Amino acid sequence: MFSEFFQFSFSGITLGAIYALVALGFTLIYNASHVINFAQGEFLMIGGMGTVVLMDTGAPIYLAIPGAIVMAGIAGVLLHKLAIAPAKNADVVTLIIITIGASIFLRGLAQIFWGKDYHALPAFSDTESLSVGGAVLLTQSLWILGIAALLVTALGLFFTRTALGKALLATSMNKDAASMVGIKTGAILTLAFGIAALLGAVAGVIVAPITFTAYDIGIMLGLKGFIAAAIGGLGSSTGAILGGLLLGLAEAYTAGYISSDYKDAVPFVLILAILFFLPNGLLGSRAVERV
Amino acid sequence: MATFKTRSKVPGLVALLVVLAVAPLLAANAFHYDLMIKICLTAIVAVGLNLLVGYAGQVSLGHAAFYAAGAYASALLTQNYAFSPLPAMLTAAVAVGALAWLVGRPILHLKGHYLSMATLGLGVIAAIVINNEDQITGGPDGLAVAPLSVFGHELSVFGRYEWFGVAITGTQLWYLLAAGGLFLAVWLALNLIDSPLGRALRALHGSEIAAQVAGVDTAKYKLRVFVISAVYASVAGSLYAHYSGFITPDAASFGHSIELITIVVLGGMASTYGVILGAAILLLIPQFLTGFQELEMVLFGAILMAVMIFMPRGLVPTIARRFQKEAA
Amino acid sequence: MSALLSVKNLSKEFGGVHAVEDLSFEVEQGRIHSIIGPNGAGKTTLFNLITGLYQPSAGSVHLNGRSLAGHKPHELAPLGMCRTFQNLQICMNMSALENVMLGRHRHLGQGTLASLLKLPALRRGDHACRQQCADLMEFVGCGQYLNHHASAMPYGALKRLEIARALASEPDILLLDEPAAGLNRTETDALRDVIRKIADKGITVVLVEHDMKLVMSVSDQVLVLCYGRQLADGTPDQIRANPDVIDAYLGSRKPEEEALA
Repeated sequence: MFSEFFQFSFSGITLGAIYALVALGFTLIYNASHVINFAQGEFLMIGGMGTVVLMDTGAPIYLAIPGAIVMAGIAGVLLHKLAIAPAKNADVVTLIIITIGASIFLRGLAQIFWGKDYHALPAFSDTESLSVGGAVLLTQSLWILGIAALLVTALGLFFTRTALGKALLATSMNKDAASMVGIKTGAILTLAFGIAALLGAVAGVIVAPITFTAYDIGIMLGLKGFIAAAIGGLGSSTGAILGGLLLGLAEAYTAGYISSDYKDAVPFVLILAILFFLPNGLLGSRAVERV
Repeated sequence: MATFKTRSKVPGLVALLVVLAVAPLLAANAFHYDLMIKICLTAIVAVGLNLLVGYAGQVSLGHAAFYAAGAYASALLTQNYAFSPLPAMLTAAVAVGALAWLVGRPILHLKGHYLSMATLGLGVIAAIVINNEDQITGGPDGLAVAPLSVFGHELSVFGRYEWFGVAITGTQLWYLLAAGGLFLAVWLALNLIDSPLGRALRALHGSEIAAQVAGVDTAKYKLRVFVISAVYASVAGSLYAHYSGFITPDAASFGHSIELITIVVLGGMASTYGVILGAAILLLIPQFLTGFQELEMVLFGAILMAVMIFMPRGLVPTIARRFQKEAA
Repeated sequence: MSALLSVKNLSKEFGGVHAVEDLSFEVEQGRIHSIIGPNGAGKTTLFNLITGLYQPSAGSVHLNGRSLAGHKPHELAPLGMCRTFQNLQICMNMSALENVMLGRHRHLGQGTLASLLKLPALRRGDHACRQQCADLMEFVGCGQYLNHHASAMPYGALKRLEIARALASEPDILLLDEPAAGLNRTETDALRDVIRKIADKGITVVLVEHDMKLVMSVSDQVLVLCYGRQLADGTPDQIRANPDVIDAYLGSRKPEEEALA
């Protein structure tokens, strides 16, 4: 029984790490520009599918992966420059529709150039699974957890130790003030989108060996990442990670112990439950309106 | 005595009537009629959703659930409980309204993106429940629905009828019904917007605090407009169920909810006529793109982005503004 | 004259910061009562406490003998109290007239079915309301913006619009939060006249202000706050002469100036 629990927990944390990375990407863009990026999931898709396609052309995996990640980064930059920046001070809802349009657009491109089939990426290690305490653990999970932890740490250091990272934080807190002290906010916003795309792409690559990849995997993953970010409290990076892990575990336990039919309902039940008690998510800030 | 101008509703309504009357002349076959009927029914949902999103400023990303609830309720009541279609539709509307009231009470306290998320969550949960509870709902395979009948007279798309000596097909009759329904929906909505209740709703979007000091119980009013927009969706859903003869859980899907929100934003938030145009465009674009086959998704996404970037307030408000500027 | 508004031992703490501490004062019916004090003295907090936006940590507020404790902000208009805001709370998505008509909300028909069907009684009520609100816009001095959209109006006009909206509710007591903020001398003088006209109608006015000229020329009674506590409460002349007030707020003469006087 314990081994069962251990297995569910492990797969839950693995999935949670992916959601956390997606949620971090969301939070990054949301913080910098107050845009809810419905196209976030598409970056994962570009990471996974991009690697597959590059490998099909004969590239070795250690070149295909960076290539796909760069592709996603470019997509992120273009998304900001061509779709978000021109919209300037549009309504929040309008911006959401723009990102929805972008996600449809990217999916459409993937469908044309990369086809509709599902593809698998080889696991990173030769040994695919380990038996630990009666539970079967995929070694890919260890890769996912390790890489995710590395990325999160790197991101944290970027924000606290580098001037560029601090400039990003400043822009997200008050765009006008930041531009007045000389920060090129336009470039910073583009950078935020680029980094979010890179995060998404890496997540897409490391999870592809487990869940397969196709032109439309971005929809659900993006949505769940968004929910994870909201669970943690929109705007909080720690919240995004917490939300992602929580969501992953909740899904795993539900699928394991309750029913796999309703597994897909878990993220949505979870967000409703959390918002009921904490209207701003777990770590979201309580904005006070000054009159 | 100060003079003031009040904008009359009549020109707009007359224009709508003309458009609805002229449209059938452009229809060459049953398929065109089918498209127009779908546009009318979708527009009814959009008009209701616009009250909530465009006027009152509360974003709902799960409205398809109410549409599907109306559709399934009508289907089940007529099929399993021997209700006549019209009473079934009314009962469904009341039930969906009650459901919206129950569900809206806790979630409308949420603000901004959190409200959107909560509505999104509810919408998806409804879709999953409909999908899974196949004993009741027929699951992913869907449910067949009896054709509409009013006081014993059946209205089926396959029927041929005679009106004042003119032969008219079931589909054409259905168009009259759908267009009439849309006209009624718009008239009611315009009345509402112009009333004290409507002003209070718009104040919810403009400044909740201002509304409160004027004595508006903002929580209660948010709930009211939520219920009204849910009832709109339910009625449209019921009509669609009887028209198409078949409903599937897709009606409640997240994709459908997003389609509805897109229509509202595309056509113009807080523009009742705008969302009708939005519905027409969103349902017509795929028709024009079928020739492009694979490029359909890419073009659709590109068009959506382009329209929203260059006309962020939606089509009709942007066009109206351009006319205003030229007139000034 | 009876006290319309009565504040007793009112306190509000924000996690250790005493924004308002043990305040007690009364506002007589039909008078113009001003509240002054340096920034951070707790004036807007006091307003927010009186109008239900904040709940007090201690003490009470009574309107017409009735306690306002626990009342939600939207329950105060029916009790006869209305306010304006330091940071304008205008609905920019509506026309100027509609903003004022919003103020009359509680006097108008609000039924869902009646509104959807635009029943004749509702229509008549709405038309009368339009006329009344147009007159109010004239009264406060922004009548020239009658057919304008709120988003097209200048700041000074919007401030008056907010007053018109508050008056539309037919309040017994009107609370104005820094109505002169951002107005120039001419506009402020016009505001003074509007405030007098309002008081002449029998409406009690309480205002929070920084503009000393306005306060001294229009008020019947002045309450001075400092660090959340009451420093003085009296007529403008009494306040002007009060040494504590001069020291803390109006500024005392420097020794060199004293020598030269």
